[in-house]
Amino acid sequence: MEHAALHDITRDDSSLRRFLHGLPGVDQVGAEGRAAGLATRSIKTTAKAWAIDMAIRMVDLTTLEGADTPGKVRSLCAKAARPDPSDATVPAVAAVCVYPDLVETAVHALRGTPVGVASVATAFPSGRASLETKLHDVRDAVGAGATEIDMVIDRGAFLAGRYLQVFDEIVATKAACGDAHLKVILETGELATLDNVRRASWLALLAGGDFIKTSTGKVTPAATPPVALVMLEAVRDFAAATIGYGATATIGPGAAATIGPGRDLAGEIRGVKLAGGIRTSKEAVRYLVMVNEVAGDAWLDPRRFRFGASSLLNDLLLQRHKLATGNYDGPDYVTVD
Amino acid sequence: MPDSTSDSTSDSMPHSTSDSTSDRLRVRKTYKLYIAGAFPRSESGRSYPVRSATGELLAHAAQASRKDLRDAVLAARKAFASWSSTTAYNRGQVLYRVAEMLDGRRDQFVGEVSDAEGVSTKAAATQVDHAIDRWVYYAGWADKYAQVAGGTNPVAGPYFNFSLPEPTGVVGVLAPQDSSLLGLVSVLAPVVTTGNTAVVVTSEDRPLPAASLAEVLATSDLPGGVVNLLTGVTAELSPWLAGHRDVNAIDLTGVPNADRKALQIAAADNVKRVYAPGPVDWSADPGTSRLSAFVETKTVWHPIGV
Amino acid sequence: MADKLFEYAPAPESRDIARLRPSYQIFVNGGFRDGSGEAIKTINPADEEPLAEVAEAGPSDVDDAVTAARGAFRPWSALPGRERGKYLFRIARAIQERGRELAVLESLDNGKPIREARDVDIPLAAAHFFYYAGWADKLGYAGFGPSPRPIGVAGQIIPWNFPLLMAAWKIAPALACGNTVVLKPAETTPLTALVLAEIIAEAGLPPGVVNILAGGPAIGQAIVEHGDIDKIAFTGSTEVGKIIRRTLAGTSTRLSLELGGKAANIVFDDAPLDQAVEGIVNGIFFNQGQVCCAGSRLLVQESVADELVAALQRRLATLRVGDPLDKNTDVGAINSAAQLARIRELTEAGVQEGATRWSPPCELPERGYWFVPTVFTGVSQAHRIAREEIFGPVLSVLTFRTPDEAVEKANNTPYGLSAGIWTDKGSRILSMASRLRAGVVWANTFNRFDPASPFGGFKESGFGREGGRHGLEAYLDA
Repeated sequence: MEHAALHDITRDDSSLRRFLHGLPGVDQVGAEGRAAGLATRSIKTTAKAWAIDMAIRMVDLTTLEGADTPGKVRSLCAKAARPDPSDATVPAVAAVCVYPDLVETAVHALRGTPVGVASVATAFPSGRASLETKLHDVRDAVGAGATEIDMVIDRGAFLAGRYLQVFDEIVATKAACGDAHLKVILETGELATLDNVRRASWLALLAGGDFIKTSTGKVTPAATPPVALVMLEAVRDFAAATIGYGATATIGPGAAATIGPGRDLAGEIRGVKLAGGIRTSKEAVRYLVMVNEVAGDAWLDPRRFRFGASSLLNDLLLQRHKLATGNYDGPDYVTVD
Repeated sequence: MPDSTSDSTSDSMPHSTSDSTSDRLRVRKTYKLYIAGAFPRSESGRSYPVRSATGELLAHAAQASRKDLRDAVLAARKAFASWSSTTAYNRGQVLYRVAEMLDGRRDQFVGEVSDAEGVSTKAAATQVDHAIDRWVYYAGWADKYAQVAGGTNPVAGPYFNFSLPEPTGVVGVLAPQDSSLLGLVSVLAPVVTTGNTAVVVTSEDRPLPAASLAEVLATSDLPGGVVNLLTGVTAELSPWLAGHRDVNAIDLTGVPNADRKALQIAAADNVKRVYAPGPVDWSADPGTSRLSAFVETKTVWHPIGV
Repeated sequence: MADKLFEYAPAPESRDIARLRPSYQIFVNGGFRDGSGEAIKTINPADEEPLAEVAEAGPSDVDDAVTAARGAFRPWSALPGRERGKYLFRIARAIQERGRELAVLESLDNGKPIREARDVDIPLAAAHFFYYAGWADKLGYAGFGPSPRPIGVAGQIIPWNFPLLMAAWKIAPALACGNTVVLKPAETTPLTALVLAEIIAEAGLPPGVVNILAGGPAIGQAIVEHGDIDKIAFTGSTEVGKIIRRTLAGTSTRLSLELGGKAANIVFDDAPLDQAVEGIVNGIFFNQGQVCCAGSRLLVQESVADELVAALQRRLATLRVGDPLDKNTDVGAINSAAQLARIRELTEAGVQEGATRWSPPCELPERGYWFVPTVFTGVSQAHRIAREEIFGPVLSVLTFRTPDEAVEKANNTPYGLSAGIWTDKGSRILSMASRLRAGVVWANTFNRFDPASPFGGFKESGFGREGGRHGLEAYLDA
């Protein structure tokens, strides 16, 4: 087990590699089994109602299509602020997520609401551009009023083992964000192994990402339960590792066990965002169970856990209605935006 | 059924397709190919008349073309990754389900076999029963064959060494010409038991039980593409199957000895495994030779040390 | 944990699904009847309420059952294997079809969480019948000669920790090989075995091929001492196993024993730690630790001991202990008052001998037999909790420094049923596995069971194997 202060870890490529490869391995079969086991939790009645409302509050309502227009974004914003026009008790979602050129439209449409504006940047989704172009992308979005930036890491550099390059890019992007929160998209579908997911998660957290995020939504597989499990373990262990962070801190999962369910929290609590492929309430509730049992209830908070999704919101509304009335609902009773 | 057969209906039709004693007109089945889990007609639009052992017209079967065969190989290849990595236990469950489905349609198959082969109902029933039990037999092998054919090898050194059978891949099967159902099941079941996928050219003159078997397979939790059944002219299709470079093995059971050499030469192009048995008694204990014909032995070495 | 943000509402499985009846009967020679022994009430260990009355077998029922089994043996063993196999396939399918009913009944009678009964016990029981069904016509390929013969009448005595699953482990290979059986489930958990008798009757098995007797130790003893039984198969305590061995001394009756264990679960410092934590939890809290192969001794390399124990404690705080029928329950009730007393006695000995006891905060139901998940640290090899089988949700944590020391400590027990190894290094797994004196070694997993995989112990954990090709040997005259 590697213990080292942050500046030692990131001194050069080889020390960063030593740290990341010194993290405990992830046994794929075991991780998949744990994720599947958590999925057998049966969430009913009051617990389900609570979970559905929490999930709605955690949604980053997303549109990232080449065909997006200001009109499309405005209607999405209306839906984000008031998901169910007929029911004022339905909470607003966390944020709307759009391309940089539509940030201004979204900011305007959401003025006076609690809904944030997130923008993908850094040559989303491939990340294949010069650093200067990526940072320009970020500054554009922040300048237009984005409160959250979803960046992509350079998966090519990561897979080639150029960890310091990835680290530096995240640091530079974080600096360009100013006050905006930074979500670091790992694109776990391209990282291929859970060991890589764990390493990339730690890399992003060390570099200052406020959130680690699974996917762009443009690559399959996107968010999966085992990937979510490993990322939640990373933020849990990172928080434990950064207790008393500063002069004497050691970084590494060595301190991992000191927080968790039922414990007092300390250390730096970073967030996790799952994006891509989450379409049903059942899946969302299962992920909340995972958040609850793996990271702990400090993460049951829209500031620390998000779902990047579009169609999920309507299914949450349908299930909410089912719980309230006892009858199954149909898609004609929720709005299509 | 195509119009051309309408003049040969009525009282001379054999019992499986004949109109019942009531005045009601039977609804007849169109016999098609079975590719990728679907039931297409031949892309060539061809069909050929199928007659009973006594010469009566039974139906027109689809006459598969080389393009149908190409599609079937594609489907089998696509299905291979998933089927071969399905747990042996689950494969066994699926094969047993085939037996359940076949047993439920026992009477239908007795009629079809009797018509196709010109044997008595009783003799046909015996064959159908054997065919059902054969699926059960191979269902049992699915999670046992590796225990019998594999094992550890006590090499002289600090290595753990074991060998296990793995499926060969896509297997082309030229089904027996005589035994329309039992023979077909006896050559098909062992191929898929170990995780191979199959492209089968059925008995040329007795294809109808095979076409009906496809309906059983389609309703037995067997994923589409694992088995593909082509009715047609064996001599027309077999060279394409033998020469296809994405077919890993071929079973020549249904090919007369005189034609086998040419197919074996064609099969050499991609070093296909060729299974060319002598005459077979389909009612005998099948043993394991058809399982071992279509597996590859894989040996793994791993050091032992702290 | 009352102040939790996300409190799961109760999600109880309905007990109506179990189709519980007021009384159950024993199964002899194809018929159901009241036994000539005492009528006893079987208890739900989760609330101590009676579930149903069972008229237990008496000595005359044992005689009748053995006579029936003897009479059925010749025709049954003469059937083609293919036909015997088809009967077993029918049983497998019927267990699958009635899986939910059996799962709820098992949970009620045993106290185990419905999640485990539903996801482990019942599917595995069906899978065992399915697996051995396929062997019935392939015995010549099993490596015991070209045409191996059955032994005869088998007397089978099974424990209460996996009632239906143990019945399947016993009955399926015996029948596949052509034997007939007299099976006795444990006194505290007879119900699912008696429903299995119904399934067997409905499957059309010839009368006498399977006979199921409810009863206590006296009936078990009567089976063991019966002169016309050719084979005894026993799963249970090492103590009783030794008694049976002595009883059968000098007779030609064959014997296989699956007895106790005190498994070492060995965690190296390069282990995948999050998965190791799960494996440790599964190893000792699965079925409330009432598993003969439970990973009851955690041997952890000193360099990661503090970290691992802390992570384990954090994980244990999320275990949900309580109503076995709640689908979210992880740890259910202890099977009986007697077993609970034994667990309490040994854990108190652990405290007295100086080990440090820890349990997560946990509210236990007022009625029923409950024991909170418990971890002892600072345990040494000399402590009773490191040597004796507790058969409960109690983990003893010991440490080691080198692989040699781990092997030495792991093997330092009269038992030898199972062991676990956690490391990312493949060659270490194989070297450890070759040096551990245990019948089953799990690497980077624990408590895995499969009908294709042989199970059984070294040393005082018994002899003979159940499961897999090897499991046939116990029922063949090979």
